[in-house]
Amino acid sequence: MTERNIGQARRTLIAVLAAGMSPFHKVLGFMRSSLLGTVAMVLFIGIVCVGLFPQLVAPYDPDQLFYTYLKKPPSIEHWLGTDFIARDNLSRIIYGTRITLLVAFVSVFIGDVLGFSWGVMTGYLGKRFDLLTQRVLDMFLAFPTIILALLLLAALGAGLYTIILAIAVIRIPGTARIIRSVALTVKSAQYVEAAEAIGASRLRVMARHVAPQCFAPLFVVASAGLGAAIFTEAALSFLGMGVPPPTPTWGNMLGGVLNELFRPPWWLVIFPGMAITITILAFNLLGDALRDYLDPRLRGRLD
Amino acid sequence: MLFAPFADSSLLGSVLPAMPFFSAYYPADAPDGSFGIGCHWHHHTPPNAILKVDSMMGRYLMQRLLLAIPTVFGVTVLIFVAMRVIPGDPLRSIIGEGQIYVLTDEELNAVKASLGYDKPLVIQYLVWMGDVAKGDLGYSFWQRDRSIADMVIRRGPITLQISIMSLLLAWLIGLPAGIVTAMWRNTPLDYVVRSLVTLLMAIPNFWLGLAMILVTILIWNWRPPMELVSLWESPWKNLQMTIGPAIAMGVGFGAIIARMIRSSMLEVLREDYVRTAYAKGLPSSTIIVRHALRNALLPTITLSGLYLGATLGGAVAVERAFSVPGLGYSLIYAVQARDWTVIQSLVLLFAVAYVIINLVVDIIYGFIDPRIRY
Repeated sequence: MTERNIGQARRTLIAVLAAGMSPFHKVLGFMRSSLLGTVAMVLFIGIVCVGLFPQLVAPYDPDQLFYTYLKKPPSIEHWLGTDFIARDNLSRIIYGTRITLLVAFVSVFIGDVLGFSWGVMTGYLGKRFDLLTQRVLDMFLAFPTIILALLLLAALGAGLYTIILAIAVIRIPGTARIIRSVALTVKSAQYVEAAEAIGASRLRVMARHVAPQCFAPLFVVASAGLGAAIFTEAALSFLGMGVPPPTPTWGNMLGGVLNELFRPPWWLVIFPGMAITITILAFNLLGDALRDYLDPRLRGRLD
Repeated sequence: MLFAPFADSSLLGSVLPAMPFFSAYYPADAPDGSFGIGCHWHHHTPPNAILKVDSMMGRYLMQRLLLAIPTVFGVTVLIFVAMRVIPGDPLRSIIGEGQIYVLTDEELNAVKASLGYDKPLVIQYLVWMGDVAKGDLGYSFWQRDRSIADMVIRRGPITLQISIMSLLLAWLIGLPAGIVTAMWRNTPLDYVVRSLVTLLMAIPNFWLGLAMILVTILIWNWRPPMELVSLWESPWKNLQMTIGPAIAMGVGFGAIIARMIRSSMLEVLREDYVRTAYAKGLPSSTIIVRHALRNALLPTITLSGLYLGATLGGAVAVERAFSVPGLGYSLIYAVQARDWTVIQSLVLLFAVAYVIINLVVDIIYGFIDPRIRY
């Protein structure tokens, strides 16, 4: 047996064991499997907590005005400076986490649930249904995603609900395709044939036999999608098509800088962008580590 | 059946830095759900097989072209519907409620009639399609003398140039980084470069652009020019304007390329034929370039094509950050101004360009990888 085979066997074993472990042990196993993943997980939990309870962390109210501190660089009172109308930059970034995470989680959830159902159905039912829905997918795939999002937002108007909807819609086709490819492999498995042979309905086979096999890939897709959704939300808000300004989001904070083409205050450029970068980084790293842990077959392919 | 590793180009989407599932599950077109990577075109195609491939290629081309037709049709319908039927009908929101002067019904009807909106939607759609087929993209909704086709001709080259420059830059960064990290796997060098790659993938390209402008302003008190200059009019000025966006976009994509090349190199280096090549005593540089890299590059080439297609329209945020007068900026300006004739034309243009580039990528892929059967 070569080294590679041993490695594969070990990973398969980990995966098999992981399937029967309690949640606590799963987390523990995950933490043992990857140091970087653990760091990312801690960061992730930290960011989520900040998003859930910004009032505990933020020094000020995000809308409070400090008239004597108009557009001031970082100081002891205002660690990350103040913005054009004298609001505390740090507090706004902290409150911005909430919108970012809300949009990312909800849109990825909606988009991936729909994409997942669609993928399982097209993959399993196949035939004419597949052919037809593939053409619909092609239609959505024909747009660069940000353009599709802009088109939807142009039609529906910018706002919290519409941006969630837009990001969810642009996620559907990608997820559906990937899940479809998984469902296609599962479809030909013996246990599916067996289930069909004993007369299980197609709905039941889909729900009980095909769908569960697609969960791990779905999870991988979704975790990767979170980073992408955060980027898209930031880009759209930056372009003025996201949640409108009084509510702080990292994207629209950066968008505000565009008015100052010739002397942008550096603290208003650097810090919101760093917040986006760190969040995407944490989400990506966690996603990668989870993917390695959940689906060890893919490990060699990626790093 | 074709497996084009990145046939589901949607994933490329907005050319995100955060797009890890490229490498996770390749697609989708393979009916067995197999992963697309691991392209080893090692065996030479026997000469008599080439003719056969050609006729199959013809059939395949036809099939792809035929499939593109319903896609483009769907795209036009989607755009049309988005622009007219969805609540927030542009005309109503532009001329209707909430404004200082609200048009009376007769005035509204007169405006509608002058624009052809009094006709049934199907007729409107057909008229639009007819115009587009004639190459007439119409005029800006607000400035009736501004032809959209002119705008595309003036501004398109800048966007195209930025896309191509960023792609070149991405290869310049990604190729060496990918090879180095694959060859010296799990060494400190590998870790350093990979950390950098992971970081670069997380940086939003538009923010990188803003930060670059900021730095040049603070240090040299200079910012990139914002007026439209074509490459042949004044190359120096043009480069000053385009190099920034190209870097901001290219760095992130370079990181993705590095990551992909690394993973596909590692995949290929494990193959039997690479071991054979080592065993028969070929110098490792030959093995890396001729055997490993050649195969490892295939998915990256495909991805690059799709990147080009997506950035033609998807560079909106970066163009906005630099205030580059390209098509992306025009689009965002039109969206904000609710200039919906411009929106529908530009979005259609981007989508059609994307479809065509996807098609070309699929076809090129067929040429460079003889193992693909149609």
